[in-house]
Amino acid sequence: MATKELVARTGNEAMAEAMRQINPDVVAAYPITPATEIVQLFSAYVADGLVDTEFVTVESEHSAMSACVGASTAGARVMTGTSSQGLILMAEILYIAAGLRCPIVLAEVNRALSSPINIHCDHSDTMSVRDSGWIQIFSENSQEAYDNMIQAVRIAEHMDVRLPVMVTTDGFIISHGLEAISLLEDKEVQDFIGPYKAAYSLLDVEKPITVGGLDFTDFYFEHRRQTAEAMQNAKKVILDVGREFGEKFGRSYGFFEGYKLEDAEIALVLLGSTAGTARVAVDQLRAAGVKCGLLKLRVFRPFPAAELAEALKHLKAIAVMDRSDSLSTAGGPLFTDVRSALYDLPERPAIVNYIYGLGGRDITVEDLEGIYRELQRISGGGQVQETIQYLGVRE
Amino acid sequence: MGKLLEIRWHGRGGQGAKTGALLLGEVLVNTGKFMQAFPDYGPERMGAPMRAYNRISDEPISIHSGVTNPEVVVVLDATLLGKVDVTAGLPEEGVLIVNTQKAPGEVRKQLGLSGRKIFTIDANKISQETIGRIIPNTPMLGALVKVTGLVDYDHLIANARKTLTKKFQRKPEVIDGNIKAIEQAYQEVRGE
Repeated sequence: MATKELVARTGNEAMAEAMRQINPDVVAAYPITPATEIVQLFSAYVADGLVDTEFVTVESEHSAMSACVGASTAGARVMTGTSSQGLILMAEILYIAAGLRCPIVLAEVNRALSSPINIHCDHSDTMSVRDSGWIQIFSENSQEAYDNMIQAVRIAEHMDVRLPVMVTTDGFIISHGLEAISLLEDKEVQDFIGPYKAAYSLLDVEKPITVGGLDFTDFYFEHRRQTAEAMQNAKKVILDVGREFGEKFGRSYGFFEGYKLEDAEIALVLLGSTAGTARVAVDQLRAAGVKCGLLKLRVFRPFPAAELAEALKHLKAIAVMDRSDSLSTAGGPLFTDVRSALYDLPERPAIVNYIYGLGGRDITVEDLEGIYRELQRISGGGQVQETIQYLGVRE
Repeated sequence: MGKLLEIRWHGRGGQGAKTGALLLGEVLVNTGKFMQAFPDYGPERMGAPMRAYNRISDEPISIHSGVTNPEVVVVLDATLLGKVDVTAGLPEEGVLIVNTQKAPGEVRKQLGLSGRKIFTIDANKISQETIGRIIPNTPMLGALVKVTGLVDYDHLIANARKTLTKKFQRKPEVIDGNIKAIEQAYQEVRGE
């Protein structure tokens, strides 16, 4: 197991470092705040000869993802990075990357969507492409961002999966926040990910294939079904890779991570950097005798519905925290999925939804303690007054 | 979580408040202390008031919210005094370190401040003399470490040199100037 000196890295630096060690064949990228540094640092690695990557500068994110798909269908190991408007400009090609089963890995920095224009963190961008067929992995901090990038390569390229993966961090909070993390040796990363051998290559003239062909009423449905099957297969692969990573490097990963959840009566369910803040709230309330816990979801797509139901079934009351709003008036995207996952339980916990932190609005330990206090009231027999609430917004 | 020290840096875009906070973070790596360093981005433009933060603890730090009640405030530009509420959230026993030619007592009078410990250092002059231009962040780091005793002097100099060497591989003359600036400010910072 690697026990080395810690190094100071921001989330962006950690993701760029992982990309250097992965040494992909092709990176095609276009800069956007707050993800710019990732590909900027990587372009310096290319210029300094530290990687063998063909770096393709393009005129937009739509072109970046198009170039990635081209390179991937040619058989290359491909990576890129983006955020916010960049991700949704890619949206058309994100669906194509998944449909063509391109195992591209994308470093995504969560940022609000326009309008109004805002460069700060929320999860609207990533949530807006949740149905694109990409595996979506959230990171709490720089260390997880680094570890997730390395695991993403294995998950994406697994023969039972062959789907693209986006690894996300929270904009500025993690992307520009410096923390001490532990890096692996270059060789450890290379040994873990192994060489990539594409099953098919557009450039293999001995074995010609068609990519992106017409697929009408005869086969389109079957191909979509196969993509769903790959997403189903990804669940086992994600767990296997997370376990193996833990065995080799001491940090294990699953679909989610519980904190003081087993004996809890009330809990929060959330994604990303807020989990760290919530653990402080849990510790403080536990010290005051409150039986509270936390579930930090790491993998949002595929959605681990059955596993979540199992982990949450003993609770009396749950608050699902959404850092984005579907504007459906029926709750945020995480809330609707979690509530649906609990529907088949014989006894369901009470469940409420908080939309919070849009456009980078800060969330504090006190905010989260307030939510636990409300859950305490509900679990004590109090009525749910409003199922969906907007935390700390000025009305 | 154990005792947590929170620091807020005030500066203007271009003065290096963010870099100062990041450099402090780098200096603390592998000292047994855990740290965070992060900027607070508004619309980025040269000369506009901006803030950066550190969190430091003997135990892992998982909190990711903003800093609202810092124990230490570092002001890189004295023209911010009276324009930005630099002592907001600073407790009675908190520490204020200002880059100015003035004595601590004069700053206290200017701000009408009771309580808190005030330290001053002429970081503009020091950086002009050692680096060749006014860039007050590294001298302020020297003053901050002296006042707080976060790490011992030798460790500060060794780790700052290591970090600056990484950052300025192509401009070695910048490294020595910055180290001198840290050393000089460490000696010259004065309190009430």
